[in-house]
Amino acid sequence: MMGSREIIKVGMADLNIAKYPNILTTLGLGSCVGIALYDPITKIGGLAHIMLPDSTQIKNNSNIAKFADTATLKLVKDMIDIGAKKDRIVAKLAGGAQMFSFSSSNDLMSIGERNILAAQNILAKLNIPIVASDTGENYGRTIELYTENGELLIKTIGHGIKKI
Amino acid sequence: MANIDIDTLNTLHLDVLKEIGNIGAGNATTALAKLLNKKVDMGVPKVNILELKNVADILGGAENLVVGILLSVSGEVNGMMMFVLEQKSAHILVNILMGREINNISEFTEMDISALKEIGNILTSSYLSSLSALTNLNIVPSIPQMAFDMAGAILSVPAIEFGKIGDKVLLIETEFIEGIDHVMGYFILIPEINSFEKILLSLGVNI
Repeated sequence: MMGSREIIKVGMADLNIAKYPNILTTLGLGSCVGIALYDPITKIGGLAHIMLPDSTQIKNNSNIAKFADTATLKLVKDMIDIGAKKDRIVAKLAGGAQMFSFSSSNDLMSIGERNILAAQNILAKLNIPIVASDTGENYGRTIELYTENGELLIKTIGHGIKKI
Repeated sequence: MANIDIDTLNTLHLDVLKEIGNIGAGNATTALAKLLNKKVDMGVPKVNILELKNVADILGGAENLVVGILLSVSGEVNGMMMFVLEQKSAHILVNILMGREINNISEFTEMDISALKEIGNILTSSYLSSLSALTNLNIVPSIPQMAFDMAGAILSVPAIEFGKIGDKVLLIETEFIEGIDHVMGYFILIPEINSFEKILLSLGVNI
């Protein structure tokens, strides 16, 4: 069982879905947010590495994997297309750190915080519950979504490894 | 003024941007050599145009542990400047400066972090001031911020800025190496799109 599973890499501003027994991973999340979706019955997972909160605020928004709103919608659609049921999908969030503390920024919230908030908003709109999250702070995260059980493994530098 | 786009840059534009890397990093490398009182070599500058999803592949991969010193640049040129050191190189660098045993690698102390920020400040300032002198453009660097983390997480900060306008990032990357103790790192200038235009025009390059 362990031998045949594939590790599918999701880059920055990228998304992908996978079926059991495959693993979805994204490396070095900083201020970006990893949105991990999972249907426990069909064991279908989806992972997006979003960079920005809102596609409607940006002129050049053709890359739907870049934004919390459009990436989540696409992920849900792709999962349903291969057999997932929307009512069963649950979400986990990771990332959204503030890597550097610039005080001169005129934004009230850091981009990391805004990304997290945007992910929470779109998931609430879609009635997808967020069952766990590990967000904020000031460090990077590498995450792995196991389609076997929906577990999300979070690796950091100097802040330990955890499963949520 | 014609609008410039990452996808429409021609070889001449790229050569000019490389030359900027050459001059900027050349000055910064000289400053570093003076600080260390050692010979420091510089690689040929590269202009990297990367898809967002591949940005984290530079600097040894997304999970490579690096020290990143980032500052934002404003004035007539906008963008970001980064000074990146491999973890081990950062330790060696502060050890040389503090007069400690060179291969004594432990946790960074407050003092080390402050020293690294200051080195970043000196080196990036010399990079930017030579760029400013060359182009006659006013360039104002911010106070540097430091992070010690995965390369991907650090690069996400400038990548997000670029993500607001497109799906590609342009980096002018120059590697340097101090041969005896193997201090390796990169200077990376990440100008905003409309700043290339200003830089190129200031140097008399037609767009």
